[in-house]
Amino acid sequence: MMSSITARYWREIPQRYRGEASKSKKTGKTYFPPRLVEPKNGNRQFEPVKLDYEGNLITYTVIRVAPAGFEDQGAYALGIVELPGGARITAQIADCPLSDVKIGMKVRVVFRKIRDEGHEGIHCYGYKVVPA
Amino acid sequence: MRDVAVIGVGMNKWGELWEKSLRDIFVEAALLAMDDASVDHIDSLYVGSMTPGLFIGQEHLGSLLADYLGQCPIPAARVESACASGGLAVRMGWMDVALGVSDIVLVGGVEKMLDVDGGAATYALATAADQEWECYNGATFPGLYAMIANAYQAKHNIPFDKFRKQLAQVAVKNHANGLLNPNAQFQSKVTPEQVMTSTMVADPLRLLDCSPITDGAAAAILCPLEMARAKFKKHSPVVIAASGAATDTLSLAHREDIAYLKATEVAAQHAYKMANMKPADIDFAEVHDCFTIAEICVIEALGFFEVGKGGDATLEGATALDGAKPINSSGGLKSKGHPVGATGVAQVVEVAHQLRGEAGKRQLQKARIGLTQNMGGSGGSTVVHIFKAV
Amino acid sequence: MAQERVVGIVGYGSYIPRHRIKVEEIAKVWGMDPETIKRGLQLYEKSVPTPDQDVITMSVEAARRAVKRAGIDPKKIGAVYVGSESHPYAVKPTGTTVAEALGATPDIHTADMEFACKAGSEGMFVCYGLVKAGLIEYGLGIGADTSQGAPGDALEYSASAGAAAFLFGNGDVLATVDFTYSYMTDTPDFWRREHSFYPSHGGRFTGDPAYFKHILGCGRALLEMSRMKPSDFAHCVFHQPNGKFPMRVAKMLGFTEEQNKTGWLTPWLGNTYSGSSPMGLTAILDISKPGDKIFMVSYGSGAGSDGFIYTVTEHIKGKPELAPKTRPQLDENKFYIDYGTYAKFRGKILKAG
Repeated sequence: MMSSITARYWREIPQRYRGEASKSKKTGKTYFPPRLVEPKNGNRQFEPVKLDYEGNLITYTVIRVAPAGFEDQGAYALGIVELPGGARITAQIADCPLSDVKIGMKVRVVFRKIRDEGHEGIHCYGYKVVPA
Repeated sequence: MRDVAVIGVGMNKWGELWEKSLRDIFVEAALLAMDDASVDHIDSLYVGSMTPGLFIGQEHLGSLLADYLGQCPIPAARVESACASGGLAVRMGWMDVALGVSDIVLVGGVEKMLDVDGGAATYALATAADQEWECYNGATFPGLYAMIANAYQAKHNIPFDKFRKQLAQVAVKNHANGLLNPNAQFQSKVTPEQVMTSTMVADPLRLLDCSPITDGAAAAILCPLEMARAKFKKHSPVVIAASGAATDTLSLAHREDIAYLKATEVAAQHAYKMANMKPADIDFAEVHDCFTIAEICVIEALGFFEVGKGGDATLEGATALDGAKPINSSGGLKSKGHPVGATGVAQVVEVAHQLRGEAGKRQLQKARIGLTQNMGGSGGSTVVHIFKAV
Repeated sequence: MAQERVVGIVGYGSYIPRHRIKVEEIAKVWGMDPETIKRGLQLYEKSVPTPDQDVITMSVEAARRAVKRAGIDPKKIGAVYVGSESHPYAVKPTGTTVAEALGATPDIHTADMEFACKAGSEGMFVCYGLVKAGLIEYGLGIGADTSQGAPGDALEYSASAGAAAFLFGNGDVLATVDFTYSYMTDTPDFWRREHSFYPSHGGRFTGDPAYFKHILGCGRALLEMSRMKPSDFAHCVFHQPNGKFPMRVAKMLGFTEEQNKTGWLTPWLGNTYSGSSPMGLTAILDISKPGDKIFMVSYGSGAGSDGFIYTVTEHIKGKPELAPKTRPQLDENKFYIDYGTYAKFRGKILKAG
């Protein structure tokens, strides 16, 4: 059976598995996912870099009503993490009691299964963060 | 550019409209607007609808709705900017008339959301967020606004209990207004305690902090102001004093300040400049309260209240019907309902009724200049219009 | 004659999920006496993977730690072999995802191993052979499992989750591989048929004709070919389906409890199947000194054993500190869960659709 997510999933593997990002040659800021044009200054010169995997939680929530594909993980914490170089990622906060999640906490990026594409589709992997 | 007037508006009661299809509810609202304007022909049609493809499996709405409105072969288009689709349709219609391409334009909005189950509706709405870098990792719409809420509370260092009451007051006020609006989905009063003990959806947002899933449509008829004065004398004209639109990053994570709705500020500043007005000149506004936190952030970004003080202003009653700056006299998205593509047009319906003095029990004392603010996604797009009674 | 290559382990890493369930919690549900199980099988608690962890994710984490300890460019890894009986897919390799996450593709060979609890050591054996043959510069052998015992079965007290990864290479190895020996027969003591969710086993048949026969057969041959005696070794480690068997087999081969205790993790970890004896080896490397000799024999039902003799080198110094050590992962930062949460995590709750 053809799965609709397969090509879309596969295309983002360098980012989802390895945190491949782009660093502006003009401002030195790191962009994740990589971009072709830098916002505000029009710069198109970037160099490939890998995300530094330790950062700070800048906001979060606890998803109590989980969307399709995430039901078995609910309730789960979701946050925005700022990594060195200025890149920010939206990721689940795993291995942390929900009441311990706090803005400003140090977190580390880990490799986890994000969801399954139904009962017969692919397993989808990527990044989550855990307390550092 | 020609000055553009709103000469007719229409909407039906919103809610769970099980017996009606998308085309039914749109045509009903459109006919109400045409009757209100006393026109039986339009030159072009713009309809805001976020994702009829996901909600009812139907695209190509321009043609479908022009047909069922009996207006083929006029040009017609669906306009999409997530939950700001309706507001953007108004802007497209305004441009069409202002540029002299069309004279009489119908701008409408419609969403038929209840033909799919809750999970499918949640998925459809989440397509307004970044699918690859937000939703893939488990983000939901309430979740994104909840992250805005937590960032806002931390940034402004508001004690949680107080912040929680500020959020609740947005819902309490909008439900109180909705009680006076016969077209609102919810005709029910809620208390702060009910809001603060309702089911947690995404901390700190609870069920009563969220706008509902709604079927509904709204429409407005635009024409050049001169034509309105000459030919359509039924109502005193409502003129579109300004239109502003702006975008921001689709991903919440990429915003410079997660606790601030920059696109709303930019769209509003464009509009104020075009209208040659200041925030203080605005008598009242219909804003995009898809979640309680959104209203607080929006009234700050519009320049009505100091940044970080929107919640205090709400608690003090400044945004109530009898306050200094009434916000969402219609009941807002919270109480009137939020059929996403229709919301931005329904805001125009409310403003026109207020400016014409036809808002019934919720009629505002001072209603000469009204503003609408319609927002897409977690703030990735915003459309602002300013209307004036002339 | 080609120059003799000094081949061995250049990096190693382990990964243990943080959640645990105690024997008491499982016994309570089935009306069993936990003291009997704790005493009889020497099992106290076991690791449990959260729903977002599987053989692929644990292998990636363990492998990243092995690469970090080795300090090599992952592009130089020429092979990744993941041994498991709980590969996430029936058809689609685990190894390619692991290699991709490490940044080791596309100049690489991967294959998934399956041989009950022996699949991890066979990946190690193949990597060792390929490096020794000069076909690859570095090879990564991983043993990982998120095994399931049927609810109420004795295996439910032991089947746990974890991964151990070993990077083989030549040159600055932190432990040389001195001898290897494997011993296999067709012995149906434990199996899982296609489409079956839980494995079946032969009860007491898994003991003498299976576990003990193969480990003793392999271990005795290894001692003979190496002309070494148990007292020559600082440490030994054996497959650990429960706490009792490895202690007994060590004694039967002539090793002491002291030699066996560092790698004896099962009482607190459970049986990580393909990761079992490899995980024990990581705990040994964490504390070993240059010159230490290590005796390792795995066991996989069906049945067979792979045996290795290692000598720790000077290059071990400073390596354990470069990544999380195994025993602290086992002893610290644990989350204890109840049986309901365990059932949810392990997909044991029957739902609609």
